[in-house]
Amino acid sequence: MRDARAEVRRPIGLRLWLSGGWLSLLALAAIFAPLIAPHDPLAQDLFLGRLPPFWEDGTEPGYVLGTDSLGRDVLSRILYGARLALIVALVAGTLTCLIGATLGLVAGYYRGWCDRIISRFVDIWMAFPPVLFAILLIAVLGPGLISIIIAIVVIDWTRFARVIRAEAMSQGAMDYVASAQVAGRTQFGTMLTEILPNVLPTIVALLTLEMGIAVIVEAILSFVNLSISTDSPTWGGMIAEGRTSVHQAWWVLVFPLITLFLTVLSFSQLGEGLKDRFDPVLR
Amino acid sequence: MMYQVTDLHLSLPDMTRKPLVGAAPRIHILKGLTFDVPKGAVLGIVGGSGSGKSTLGRAMLRLLEPTSGQIVFDGTDVSHLIEDQLRPMRRRFQMIFQDPMSSLNPRRRVGGIIAGPLRLHGMETAGKVDDALEMVGLPRSFASRYPHELSGGQRQRVGIARAIALRPDFILADEIVSGLDVSSQAQVLNLLEDLVRELGLTLAFISHDLSVIRRLCSRIIVLDQGKIVEEAPTEALFEAPKASYTRALLQAIPLPDPYQVWD
Ligand SMILES: Nc1ncnc2c1ncn2[C@@H]1O[C@H](COP(=O)(O)OP(=O)(O)OP(=O)(O)O)[C@@H](O)[C@H]1O
Ligand SMILES: [Mg+2]
Repeated sequence: MRDARAEVRRPIGLRLWLSGGWLSLLALAAIFAPLIAPHDPLAQDLFLGRLPPFWEDGTEPGYVLGTDSLGRDVLSRILYGARLALIVALVAGTLTCLIGATLGLVAGYYRGWCDRIISRFVDIWMAFPPVLFAILLIAVLGPGLISIIIAIVVIDWTRFARVIRAEAMSQGAMDYVASAQVAGRTQFGTMLTEILPNVLPTIVALLTLEMGIAVIVEAILSFVNLSISTDSPTWGGMIAEGRTSVHQAWWVLVFPLITLFLTVLSFSQLGEGLKDRFDPVLR
Repeated sequence: MMYQVTDLHLSLPDMTRKPLVGAAPRIHILKGLTFDVPKGAVLGIVGGSGSGKSTLGRAMLRLLEPTSGQIVFDGTDVSHLIEDQLRPMRRRFQMIFQDPMSSLNPRRRVGGIIAGPLRLHGMETAGKVDDALEMVGLPRSFASRYPHELSGGQRQRVGIARAIALRPDFILADEIVSGLDVSSQAQVLNLLEDLVRELGLTLAFISHDLSVIRRLCSRIIVLDQGKIVEEAPTEALFEAPKASYTRALLQAIPLPDPYQVWD
């Protein structure tokens, strides 16, 4: 019986390798951007404006993915943009997860007044339209890295809280929780050692999804010019600039867009892949 | 006496009928139960679905608090003890659950499931997990498996191993064989019988199946709608059931009848 079950084990996730690979590559690129970027991402050179990518005619050696209208190297800007994208993904994603998952876990497991307070709070919070909320927030805080992160956390923690609360609630009704009480485990101990491991797969899936969302939100905010100052390159900023000259220089738009797309996709696939690989119940 | 239960009442709030403001109406589930469980006895608790058997079991283990009445465990009144006071005693009364899929944490290995309660009570775990597995007839190697890698009968044995590893004085078994096929049922019942004898356990065995109860139990109480309608030694109950509800339950047992005519 055991053996038959072992055989249906899925082949080691291709998507885990692909998404993990892309994200590691990006992380390395972000960390070592100053070393590997062929050019200064901010250096303008009007004589080298709108150079096409390497396989087209009229390129200049060294500008692999071409340059934008100000003559800035697209590849270098993408590499530097990865720094900001990943910082926002990691910090905003983790904070959102910590706040939302903790509140959701407590509300769903302890129920009672705890749950009533947290749930009401979530309901009221969600009544605000999120994008408007973010723009308003940044208008108040002023644009900048910290504001973006705060905006993402403030908007998205409710997603975690709601999903994890429901999950903790259904886990709390299982007999293994009653069994922990019979064994003499404290309520808090039961939450941490029995419930948490069972909602962890959901938390990880949500976390990676949230990191992808954070990257998008950052890009959108850059696109509407509410992100970091326009000096430091961001993917959203590049997309915004590329859009205006898409007919003359499509590469300025397309390369950051592809990078953004692959990154967001990888984050969501990473969650699924981790689940397939490490959740004992699915293995 | 292991347990002395006196005039036990228990009601729970009915959340489905809770008004917007104010308290939910309460459903009266246990209505004045009085009975004893002598040390070393195997008590059967029977009754139809919804008669309050599980609720009674959970009250005896103090997973639920009685609304009124008394539950005395081995001389200590546990009726209204708070969880902090109960915790040190909890090693002494254990429970085996009906559905082992739900009562074994799916993300823990069997070894951890059995060792967890031992650690909580400051007992060393090294040999005890192996011992417990051996006593329920599972190979030691199962300690590194997850519950979903076991069959239903094996899972239920893990549930039993977890309970006996603590060397409790009393075990409550709530419908522990109803989810199993007939042959695993027989095996688990045999096992339980042996363990009760070997460890000198006091056992309360909840079931709606009188034929299972008959094999195992020395005394039986019959529950109907939250009341005890009959309490008698097993043989007496099967020979001369007094309450009409008990007679109805007895008639519901399918007896093998070789001369049965199919028509
Ligand atoms: N948490 C609860 N809230 C409200 N009513 C409950 C709750 N738990 C049980 N009840 C009700 O109490 C009654 C007794 O339930 P209990 O689970 O004790 O029955 P049982 O005898 O174990 O039945 P079964 O043989 O089906 O397991 C039922 O009518 C049930 O609907
Ligand atoms: Mg029941």
